[in-house]
Amino acid sequence: MKQTEFEKQHHLFWQELEEKLSLNLKSPANRENSQPPKEKRQRRILQDVDLGEHFPEHYRLLCHHLSLARSRHYSPLLVERLEQLVIASHQLFYQRKTHFLESFLIYFTADFASAVREHWRWIIISGVLFFGTFFSMLITLQYYPDMVYTVISGEQIANMESMYDPSQDKIGRGRDSGSDFEMFGFYIFNNTGIGLKTFASGLLFGVGAVFTLLFNGLTIGGVAGYLSYIGYGSTFWPFVSGHSALELTAIVLSGAAGLKLGFSILSPGRKTRLRSLRDSAAEAVFMMYGVAAMFVGAAFVEAYWSSMADIPSLLKYIVGMVNWILLIAYFVFAGRQRAVR
Amino acid sequence: MSSDLLDCVYRVQTPEGIDINLRLAGVWSRSVAWIIDLFIRGVFYLFIYFLTIRLGSFGTGLMLIGFFMVEWFYPVFFEVLNRGMTPGKKLFNIQVLNSDGTPVGWSPSVLRNLLRTVDFLPFFYGFGFIAMLMNDRFQRLGDLAADTVVVYQHRNKTVQTVAEQLAIKPAYPLNLKEQQDIIHYAERASQLSNERLTELAKILNPLDVPEHHMTKEKLLGIANGLLGRK
Repeated sequence: MKQTEFEKQHHLFWQELEEKLSLNLKSPANRENSQPPKEKRQRRILQDVDLGEHFPEHYRLLCHHLSLARSRHYSPLLVERLEQLVIASHQLFYQRKTHFLESFLIYFTADFASAVREHWRWIIISGVLFFGTFFSMLITLQYYPDMVYTVISGEQIANMESMYDPSQDKIGRGRDSGSDFEMFGFYIFNNTGIGLKTFASGLLFGVGAVFTLLFNGLTIGGVAGYLSYIGYGSTFWPFVSGHSALELTAIVLSGAAGLKLGFSILSPGRKTRLRSLRDSAAEAVFMMYGVAAMFVGAAFVEAYWSSMADIPSLLKYIVGMVNWILLIAYFVFAGRQRAVR
Repeated sequence: MSSDLLDCVYRVQTPEGIDINLRLAGVWSRSVAWIIDLFIRGVFYLFIYFLTIRLGSFGTGLMLIGFFMVEWFYPVFFEVLNRGMTPGKKLFNIQVLNSDGTPVGWSPSVLRNLLRTVDFLPFFYGFGFIAMLMNDRFQRLGDLAADTVVVYQHRNKTVQTVAEQLAIKPAYPLNLKEQQDIIHYAERASQLSNERLTELAKILNPLDVPEHHMTKEKLLGIANGLLGRK
């Protein structure tokens, strides 16, 4: 069949499809000299309805036309026109619909916990790196308190001392001014950002994640150890106990995700390095959604609960313990049935 | 692929069994798109700043949350909700797709944008730049991990048709390549000046034999014949 004949047969079909895909509406050249905007909007709504019903058939027919045009060596411009139509339809046809609320619920009731359980090896490594340095620093400082200056600057230490001075009525980081909500915003901006960076920097063969874990372990351990040593523990420990579960676990989990990313390149097993990276990255980022949520949760607790000075320390310790137990129970038990299925 | 090594075409096979050719976006257009996005992000920051500045310390909290969202999720929202295009990319007509040519979803988009942090190292997209030059799809590290590509979105050209004319039979049979070239010539005729068309036709006249001279009209006539018109 000659090209003209072919075009004559299908021209209307292509044109209709082109209009439906609203390719013409999108291109700047045609935007100026077309109908008034009101009519346009109406037409687009109609098209959306139209596309649904016979779109699969039309799309397949279009693909058929493209391969015919190619095998019969029709002119490049015709082939290109059909190809552009196919590309646009292909994107529309294979777009994924997400049921946001449903997947959100399933994620937090089941999938997140199973993802965390699945990565227990990485979490142990990450946990040892973080808590190992945390506790060694904490304990060392009880005997050699000057060591704190190796990880934290003198200025910061003075700052901390004023923050956790037991004679103050409001405690916590930078609490001299600012409302609880301001601190909530600050914790989200700062802590969640650090968590996301810990994950991302794992891509550098895990070095970034290891570094961040050790660094966080040293500084947090340094702060805790030093404040305990100078006798400010009575304000510091009740303050941090409430959000410690969420925040420290989130740090460990983001480190674990980063480590997984880095080691997927270092030790890809039977896959190629790229393939291995892609697979682990998809799994790791799936875990990071929950980790980000944990950081936000920790920020909330820290801003609203931990900063309340008139609550007895004992109650704060109890809440802190309950948080740890709940969190561990969540990661151990949530979503087991779903995982089995 | 050996024949078109220097081309930026990326071929994807669809489930329907046909190949589609996507044109990959290179370092330059992506960088400039990023710079434009940087400015737009700056506008967002200013907007959030002026919106929240009057609300006191509550506003400061709101501002920090807003900054956090813009810093990490500005590209994600646009890429997922606007067919793979942030405003800067849209200006350059480039879009992010999964490597199989389908629109990018939440997970790949989040991943490629989180890993931007690493691409940015050691300074100003150093690693990203090196990664892009080291693979044939111009993928930075985030793209490699998320399995995404950045491609040109076609500009919708007006449909070119060959002007109707009396068909002419060529003096000798033309092979496939020659046929296609002549048709392509005729299709582009409306975009080229008359002088250029004559000049192009002259290339076909290696010998100075007047009666065998190929002219523009003759070529268009032959093209009409090849297309099946009478």
